[in-house]
Amino acid sequence: MEQSPDTPRIGVDEWVASVEGKRERYTGLRGAVFRNWDRLPPAARVLVFAVPAAIFPFLTSQGNVFRYGLFTLVYALLALGLNIVVGFAGLLDLGYVAFFGTGAYLYAILASPQFGNHWQAEAAIPVVVIATAVVGLLVGLPSRRLLGDYLAILTLFFGQAFVVFVNNANRINFPFFGHVDLTGGSNGIANIDPFNFFGYKIDSTMKQYFLLLIAVSLLLILLMFVNESRTGRAWRALREDPLAAEVMSIPVNRLKLLAFVCGAAVAGLTGAIYGTIATAALPGDYDVGLLITIYAIMILGGFGSIMGIVVGAVIVSSVPELLRSSANARPLFYGAILVALVVKVRPWRLLAAEFGALVALGFGIHGIASAAYPRLVQGESIGSGAIPRALDHWMLYPRDAVKIADLAYIVLIAAIVVYPQLGRLWRAILLPPLLYLIMFVWENLLLLHIGGATRLILLGALLVALMNVRPQGLFGTATVEIV
Amino acid sequence: MTTDATMLELREVDKSFGGLRVIADLDLIVKEHEIVSVIGPNGAGKTTLFNLITGIYRPDSGEIQLDGRNLVGLSPHKITELGIARTFQTLRLFLNMTVKENVMAAQYGHTKVGLLRSMVRTPAARREEKEIHHLAEEKLSFFGDRLMGYRWDQFAYSLSYANRRRLEIARAMATEARILLLDEPAAGMNPSETHEITELIGTLRDVGGYTILVIEHDMHVVEGISDRVVALDHGVKIAEGSFEAVATDPRVVEAYLGLRRTETK
Repeated sequence: MEQSPDTPRIGVDEWVASVEGKRERYTGLRGAVFRNWDRLPPAARVLVFAVPAAIFPFLTSQGNVFRYGLFTLVYALLALGLNIVVGFAGLLDLGYVAFFGTGAYLYAILASPQFGNHWQAEAAIPVVVIATAVVGLLVGLPSRRLLGDYLAILTLFFGQAFVVFVNNANRINFPFFGHVDLTGGSNGIANIDPFNFFGYKIDSTMKQYFLLLIAVSLLLILLMFVNESRTGRAWRALREDPLAAEVMSIPVNRLKLLAFVCGAAVAGLTGAIYGTIATAALPGDYDVGLLITIYAIMILGGFGSIMGIVVGAVIVSSVPELLRSSANARPLFYGAILVALVVKVRPWRLLAAEFGALVALGFGIHGIASAAYPRLVQGESIGSGAIPRALDHWMLYPRDAVKIADLAYIVLIAAIVVYPQLGRLWRAILLPPLLYLIMFVWENLLLLHIGGATRLILLGALLVALMNVRPQGLFGTATVEIV
Repeated sequence: MTTDATMLELREVDKSFGGLRVIADLDLIVKEHEIVSVIGPNGAGKTTLFNLITGIYRPDSGEIQLDGRNLVGLSPHKITELGIARTFQTLRLFLNMTVKENVMAAQYGHTKVGLLRSMVRTPAARREEKEIHHLAEEKLSFFGDRLMGYRWDQFAYSLSYANRRRLEIARAMATEARILLLDEPAAGMNPSETHEITELIGTLRDVGGYTILVIEHDMHVVEGISDRVVALDHGVKIAEGSFEAVATDPRVVEAYLGLRRTETK
């Protein structure tokens, strides 16, 4: 089998050679970071997330802990559970939120005035988790032979059926029991007890935060262990190719069910915790909106990447909250545009020229407008401080901006659609006017509605932009279908 | 080399898709440590034969036995656990897993540690994980330096075509099967790679102790490796025996080249 050294080594084609080249390029700082991250044991990786998260509540107010902290961690837990089903096993589960709701309602039934039950947490939590896992098993059993789109439709149906059920389960007539108000209908179940572990009540935001933090950290470690285990590899194998997995001695149907059950159990646990935070179980909380948020987290973080999902949860839950105030929104928006320009516009001389042109264009337009149409500069920018006042001398702020800003918004959308179709030269020439138009619309229209539609539009734009740049998400590994 | 113990036996196996009879009354015996080649033109039913043995299809009638144990009706993963592993003509690796993970994933059937134990990494789980790593490295080392060293941590999609074929064989070996079904292992390979795979199949039998059933179109490979050759055409076994006997059998020549004009009159 030995070849003489002068003939090329069989099996080392150009592709492999290029991969070798790429591996060698990961030297320097970036390479060192990657290598050391890979070498860290799972517990240490979790500390990288858990230590800052544990310090966070002491640096900020209770309100911030509630708004950012609790929801980030709830989202992270949910997304980690969904990641078992979608990221590891590759099953597109659109009914996942129903398991979350099942957990919340079950805990509400066990620990609220609704039925007069006030179970201790150490008894209620295992019951809720196991019962939700059983529901997951029941949904999984008929769907385990389905693939892709078919599974998605069936689980979506289950998710919707759950919402309809809890909306109407306040007037079911059971045999022997008669009329029972199971879920409180559209009013939900209120006054859910806080967790009560052997008499220790988790009744403040701070305690809930640390309970969630412990849950997320533990789950992270468990999932990292599972990912590098027999079951984790089998899940990934069946995601890659179910038939080949089956022929390689992996019982595909059983593992699919296992993934479903594990995801449901995590969702059930999260539901119980969320019930104590919200102190109520309401049907509207477990609808498609939440499902989309959870999927956005997974897509952003990267399917199958455990730490990526934590980062995704932080981004998706905190960015819309940060965008509520214009003082935060402006730097975020301009910062994002600046980063995009620095990444995309090469070489740097062109970038400098574009910026110079933009600055000159602004002063030019402002000068002409103040000389010819004073009405266009009689308004002023939102906010106080040096930057808004400086912008007053550069950007147009019409006195009665609504109509002209609406018009500019429509023009902007048309411009954004047309711009990528243009040739290189025209793109370079038209970039400064486009940027000026973007800033005009931002300053005169979007910033005024920052608490409402704008932040959602921006979040959507962020996701679209990210998906174009990195389809695999921030931390996902690119999946290759056909080579 | 071969003992007389029958390992795999097919008796009067029949399979139709709708009105198309793809395997008709097929009898086949594979003995321990034997290398049997299956040849035949495209559409002769060779890959269907593999799908029947591995349980992907269920025969309409007939029996398939491994060591006297019935395989018909068992699910594919069970059949693999009993000792039959295959490769795919079209290459079905777990592309987005690393080379080593591909081989490790295939050890699911003969390993035991469940989800809960691997979640908390009990000592037993660690021990088994170590064994899985060790066995994966052992199977990969079968291919010389082709799949060694830094390649362990490369994704399967980054491998060259020939290496992907090798990895498929390594993955099949990792299931601890005793019979390997190789579906065109030399397809798409250049002459020196083909030569190498021929030697490899011999080594698999002599050193690895495997029994091998192989589908192959390349007659040099078939000639080089086969203890016995079975020729299929339209699902029917038209010839069986040594390579020389089958290659010169008029019905085999006819199946590959068509009838001579003088005979069609």
